[in-house]
Amino acid sequence: MRTTRPEGTNGGPDGLPGISTTGRRAGTFCMLLIVALALQATRVQVFQKDELDHNAANQRATIQRYSQPRGNLLVAGQPVTGSAETGGRYAYQRTYTDGPLYAAVTGYSSQTYGNTQLEGVYDDVLSGTDPKLAGWAVWDAVTRQQQPGGDVVTTIDPAAQRAAVQGLGSQKGAVAAIEPATGRILALVSTPSYDPGSFAGTSAADQNAWKKLQDDPEQPMLNRALRQIYPPGSTFKVVTAAAALASGVVTDVDAPTDAPYPYVMPGTTTPLDNDTSACNRAGLSLDEAMTLSCNSVMGYLGVQTGLDRMTAMAQDFGFNDARLDVPVRAARSNFDTDMNQSQLALSSIGQYDTAATPLVMAMVAAGAANDGQVMSPQLVDKLTKADGTQVQLMHPALHHQAFGAGVARQLRQLMVDVVENGTGRNARIPGAEVGGKTGTAQHGVDNSGTPYAWFIAWARPAGSTAVPPVAVAVVVADSQATDVTGGGLAAPVARSVMQAVLNR
Amino acid sequence: MATDSATRAARVPRARRAGTGRWTELVLVLAAVGVAVLGYVEVGVNIDGKAPPDAAQYGAALGVLALLAHAAVRWRARWADPLLLPIAVLLNGIGLVVIYRLDRNPGSAAAPTQLLWSTLGVGLFIAVLLLLRDHRRLQRYAYVGAFVALVLLVLPVFFPPVYGSRIWITLGPLSFQPGEFAKVLLAIFFAAYLAAHRDALALTGRKVLWFQLPLGRVLGPVLLIWAAFVGVLVLETDLGTSLLFFGLFVVMLYVATARTGWIVIGLLLSALAAVGVGWLSPHVHGRVTEWLHPLASIEAGQGANQIAQSLFAFAWGGQLGTGLGLGHSALIGFATKSDFILATVGEELGLTGLFAVLLLYALLVARGFKAGIALRDPFGRLLAIGLAALVAIQVFVVAGGVLDLIPLTGMTLPFIAQGGSSVVTNWIIVALLVRMSDLARRPAPEEDA
Repeated sequence: MRTTRPEGTNGGPDGLPGISTTGRRAGTFCMLLIVALALQATRVQVFQKDELDHNAANQRATIQRYSQPRGNLLVAGQPVTGSAETGGRYAYQRTYTDGPLYAAVTGYSSQTYGNTQLEGVYDDVLSGTDPKLAGWAVWDAVTRQQQPGGDVVTTIDPAAQRAAVQGLGSQKGAVAAIEPATGRILALVSTPSYDPGSFAGTSAADQNAWKKLQDDPEQPMLNRALRQIYPPGSTFKVVTAAAALASGVVTDVDAPTDAPYPYVMPGTTTPLDNDTSACNRAGLSLDEAMTLSCNSVMGYLGVQTGLDRMTAMAQDFGFNDARLDVPVRAARSNFDTDMNQSQLALSSIGQYDTAATPLVMAMVAAGAANDGQVMSPQLVDKLTKADGTQVQLMHPALHHQAFGAGVARQLRQLMVDVVENGTGRNARIPGAEVGGKTGTAQHGVDNSGTPYAWFIAWARPAGSTAVPPVAVAVVVADSQATDVTGGGLAAPVARSVMQAVLNR
Repeated sequence: MATDSATRAARVPRARRAGTGRWTELVLVLAAVGVAVLGYVEVGVNIDGKAPPDAAQYGAALGVLALLAHAAVRWRARWADPLLLPIAVLLNGIGLVVIYRLDRNPGSAAAPTQLLWSTLGVGLFIAVLLLLRDHRRLQRYAYVGAFVALVLLVLPVFFPPVYGSRIWITLGPLSFQPGEFAKVLLAIFFAAYLAAHRDALALTGRKVLWFQLPLGRVLGPVLLIWAAFVGVLVLETDLGTSLLFFGLFVVMLYVATARTGWIVIGLLLSALAAVGVGWLSPHVHGRVTEWLHPLASIEAGQGANQIAQSLFAFAWGGQLGTGLGLGHSALIGFATKSDFILATVGEELGLTGLFAVLLLYALLVARGFKAGIALRDPFGRLLAIGLAALVAIQVFVVAGGVLDLIPLTGMTLPFIAQGGSSVVTNWIIVALLVRMSDLARRPAPEEDA
């Protein structure tokens, strides 16, 4: 083939641009193609990164999460969790040393169903992705160095936890125990429980175990200590007594009150009934009313104290707080803020719309024990790296100063009398001072359901003037027992939990 | 660029005094081998916690190949552009490292075979430099080449399809894609044909609207060639290669004639072909739907398709990448070492590594264009530009596909993707560019003597 044009001619035919020009244009076009690729890559790798990384069909986040042994949850210095190699794409899966015992504390970490409760809240620490774990944050970000999972040191006292589980036995219920001076949660139990390790993986067995738990009418995966609210019944009278004392409606717990009998609730023709005939007279003292658990007196005092001061006191103890995080978020305990006087009377004895988690009722007992300082409940002492180096220390925090030391002393006296002389005798502990309050809450249509049996209490060694080391709330729901009372069913559980703490 | 001729005049004596860039080339080639060795070590350290025992062998093999190629350039193309060979070595090295890394996923090993093909590629590179002393000799074989190219393209029709495309020839354990070789022959043919007929193609014809349309008797053969190639490729349902050939054809036609009318005709024809193929072929139709809605299959509850998995891989890499061996591109499914290999680069080396690779391609293409523009003979100019454009378009089609910029078409990323035919062909392309850049940069013959 012969070229028709002499070599080396730069211009094109007919004055058109030559190859030097068109070649440069074509070269520019080719460069633009590559620039377009660079722009698209930037779009995908920078601007769409988060969206794509978190796409439900993208397995990478899950693979990374399970690529190394997960950090552990510690109880009294011992891990209650572990990690086992799976040999699959998700390299490690969660194990639990004593799953059902600590399920209400740990929650679960499942490759199929995600992470909840402490496993969920501290997932970044446990899986090693939390920047707090990094030695050199910037350098680690550059090298994408993955840190070994950190540990979460819980506040749980294993003896108290075991005592609670054993005390509840086969009954449905919950226990929350708090160290009053600090708010540290010593026991958190919900029964019936479940084994979070039974569905930690991705196998068919895991899926069957999950499905079975989900379909169980007993709801074993419900955390009744934190996430379920129950009408507190007479245990709420501690709040009413505190409000009456703090507001000056009652100044002397042993002096007769002006509470009438029968007490017809304002605006109605309905008298407020008592469960025991010993309450059926006028002029009972606050101490007598608490010891006997008299509805008429406490309802009357609640109304005398007034809606605003009752609401304020309830809220100081943690009612109406939708963000009560321990750091696992507790359900909102309710005390209505807009009621007429008859509704307030009922609410003051823990009925009507009043409902509380066992955690908040434990805060009520703890507030009385700690001179009116209600501490924020917390489930975690500290976070550490895998080698035990401390990453974050949780300091005790005041939730609310509910009342002064004087009122607290009076309130404790009332609670001690309940245990010594009243409905709470089953909670007595030899060699210890115990203060408590029983509750038996009716519920269901026309109160047809089996009542909830409550007991809240605190305890300290006899003769001690220090802040009691333990406060506890117990609820037994739907027991098989024929005679359901707080004193009969719940008080023994509370006693064994408190004993476990006192025996440390 | 306007001062190009002036600087060239000034450069010749300086180049003679300071050398021809061969020492620069040697240093860069050794650096490229070093980068590959570091890559092997990184794979081992990231996966096993220690340097892999075979890193030294791979590094030594790549080093020997690179030095042999360098020696051939030194001996037979001493004025050649000193960037071309190092870029080819580095891209090939990156490809070997990434394939070596992907071999760590369950499945058959591909790195040893790829190293073997690379050896053959470098061998052909050396052979081209030794045997072809002047690229203008290729003009003589232009029509023979075009015929061979057609035969190569038709052959796979008689072999079973692989992944829905009839582009493979399988002979026992050996399999190759003849389309890869055909593209070089085709570039040579286009260059020769256009160099011979560029005046006729540019000047004749009548004006319609703003465009000077070419005369029918000139347009005829061109259309025939286009139809032949595209027809064959559509039969083989290999959209990528037909897009590549057609893009190459339009670019070379424009460079030769400076007629924008050709581009308009080209765009119209390709639009026509695209609509027709998209309508006729469910395979292609599916690819277009996936391109427009890469995440649709997830929303439909059918899980992520390959494009979505590819995008996940790129995104996970972010700006700095996971590091070699620490990504999860195995989730893409099949073709991770070939069509989708860039996703592993994006995931494990990050946007930074991807930019580096794109920059290498841009440099290779730019150097090709530079050689073409600096040459004196129209055939050489068109061939160099055509070969450079070939690389650019192929990178665009492959990378654009896996990045969801354009519909996905099964093709190999030059030098990096697994595939013997591809590596060998790309080494031949670089050999031709080295040969032509040698002529372009060579001082006047009497001075050279």
